[in-house]
Amino acid sequence: MTHKLIPIVLGAALGLTATAASAATLDDVKAKGFLQCGSNTGLAGFAAPDDKGEWTGLDVSMCRAIAAAIFDDANAVKFTPLTAKERFTALQTGEVDVLVRNTTWTMSRDTTLGLNFTGVNYYDGQGFMVRKSLGVSSALELSGASVCVQTGTTTELNLTDYFKANGMEYNPVVFEKLEEVNAAYDANRCDVYTTDASGLYSIRLQLTNPADHIVLPEIISKEPLGPAVRQGDDQWFNLVKWVHFAMLNAEELGVTSANVEEMKNSDNPNIRRLLGAEGAFGESIGLSNDWAARIIKHVGNYGEVFDKTVGPDTPLGIARGVNALWTKGGLQYAPPVR
Amino acid sequence: MTSASSAEREQAGDGSGTSWFYNPRVRGVVFQVLVVAFLLGMLAFFAYNAKINLERAGIASGLGFLSERAGFDISQSLVPYTNDSTYFRAFYVGLLNTLLVASIGIVIATVLGFIVGIARLSKNFLIRQIATWYVELLRNIPLLLQLLFWYKAVLSVLPSPRQSLEPVSGVYLNNRGLILPEVIGQPGSSAILWALLAAIAASIGISRWARKRQQETGRQFPSLLVGLGLIVGLPLLAFLVTGMPVDLAYAELAGFNFRGGVVVIPEFMALLLGLALYTAAFIAEIVRAGILAVSHGQTEAAYSLGLRPRRTLQLVIIPQAMRVIIPPLTSQFLNLTKNSSLAVAIGYPDLVAVFAGTVLNQTGQAVEVIIITMLVYLTLSLLTSGFMNWYNSRMALVER
Repeated sequence: MTHKLIPIVLGAALGLTATAASAATLDDVKAKGFLQCGSNTGLAGFAAPDDKGEWTGLDVSMCRAIAAAIFDDANAVKFTPLTAKERFTALQTGEVDVLVRNTTWTMSRDTTLGLNFTGVNYYDGQGFMVRKSLGVSSALELSGASVCVQTGTTTELNLTDYFKANGMEYNPVVFEKLEEVNAAYDANRCDVYTTDASGLYSIRLQLTNPADHIVLPEIISKEPLGPAVRQGDDQWFNLVKWVHFAMLNAEELGVTSANVEEMKNSDNPNIRRLLGAEGAFGESIGLSNDWAARIIKHVGNYGEVFDKTVGPDTPLGIARGVNALWTKGGLQYAPPVR
Repeated sequence: MTSASSAEREQAGDGSGTSWFYNPRVRGVVFQVLVVAFLLGMLAFFAYNAKINLERAGIASGLGFLSERAGFDISQSLVPYTNDSTYFRAFYVGLLNTLLVASIGIVIATVLGFIVGIARLSKNFLIRQIATWYVELLRNIPLLLQLLFWYKAVLSVLPSPRQSLEPVSGVYLNNRGLILPEVIGQPGSSAILWALLAAIAASIGISRWARKRQQETGRQFPSLLVGLGLIVGLPLLAFLVTGMPVDLAYAELAGFNFRGGVVVIPEFMALLLGLALYTAAFIAEIVRAGILAVSHGQTEAAYSLGLRPRRTLQLVIIPQAMRVIIPPLTSQFLNLTKNSSLAVAIGYPDLVAVFAGTVLNQTGQAVEVIIITMLVYLTLSLLTSGFMNWYNSRMALVER
């Protein structure tokens, strides 16, 4: 909301935060002793506090992995819950060190907002959820519907494009906070709820009667979700990028949180390089050479994290699909550690 | 010791010998110039710093984005708007939505506030208690909670479109909003508008004439009744004479919702209800204070002149109470306008939701967008208080 943005804008004007932020982020983080991570205000499976008040989820694990790589401690993270509207300003002004908030990588965000996306930790697409009682089976039958959507998202624009391209009409009902959109949809203010498909599965769990709602089969957009950092700090950019790649490489090489210690003695040079037994790859990003081993020990490889947070055995029950490794027909592909 | 005594001697002199530094006029000017220069310097420093920081961070800046295509839709707009319109048009839509809810809210809050304020002074125990409870309940609960409450209430009371209530034929009420038939004027319908304008002009003329005649001869004329009759009667006459050239386009249930007609969205109803009821509680207290501020002797004097209680209130008490009421009333009008930005919590597309929300996020130009939004609220507030100051100077006691 505005009252949260004004101090940020004032901060930018005063140049206090922005000047501090343009220095080496890694040094700042090490000096602080913890990572400040911008996260969602509450999206089950991606970033939400569990029943013990601990933040968990796919995006949260990314933050924990960065902290583990730097501090050898996955809990050296503080989370700043951000709405869709606040997230970029918070990153730009240095209020957070990294933004991992199911944020879609688009060209305009990459080029005009002063930030860099470091990769894609979840390939998503926008979908629609409706009440079963409406008897709708395709998004093309939605003409004239009222649609609940969150402000400041690519979703809001894709929605417009989709209805326009198909010659359909709709009434948007726009809210700032995810919780407000959920409440309005639950109170039957809208016929349709639209957001990223992963989000729809997560939100459906929070509705009064999850079984009364279905997610329609159409996926109307590409939503590559990934972490973002500020422009102009290449060391930090490389670090965040390679934390994700390390988790993917670990899965590909069969390194898990259970076997990481034994794997250090592996004969496979790929594994030896990844885990720091050979070469000085950690030093080149300002960390110790066992950086990847720390990530895997504390957080796990990408597949482990996926299964634990959003995978088939969790309440969300999302299949790997396009998020499987490239070796298994998916899109997740990491450059080699070499 | 010597220096002190010489200073004393200089101060005791007639001033011609004192340093310019001790001249109060020079000092005053110097310090004022210093303060202004300091403030301007700070402002320039902030602006420069913001510019440099934005450039260094690689963030686009400038106002060029206002002419780009918006690409999103808005649920309520008073002017034609599509997703092909520009960001500036979106800004304009948001501004009009803010003005709409603020102006209607101010009218309702004022009328309701006056009624409740007078009711608090009623001799009737029940009326007085109801008014007191109203004031104490509404002004002591945070407005945001009240808005959420009304929004929830509006949504949970109203049925879904397929079970719409139809209080009057052609008017539907459901949780998508209040759907009214659209009025479509046929050729000749402009005569009705002209008749209305003529009636308003005529009733103003009549009331002036009646006041002048009363001042000269003492004879009264029912100008209010005649005026009301004219304003209702003349357009009605024009409507009948021109052969009823107005069509009503009724909304029809098609698919999910009604098509056609004019829709008052539930977010607007909830926001208007919340703002008006909340502000009315404060206005009621202001009105009560204003009336109590008029000395009881005024009432007694009016009675002894033979005025009836209603005329006493109308001619003696209210005009004097207004002098006390108007300045704090202005603050309440300003508060209501600014509070309308809480609309963002219940999804009403006001200026903050549309411009400082969606536009800010789609363009990423937070500094420009927030500054423009603040300037708009500042301008609205200054215009309101300017108008109220003018009205206050007209109502102020003119001493002879």
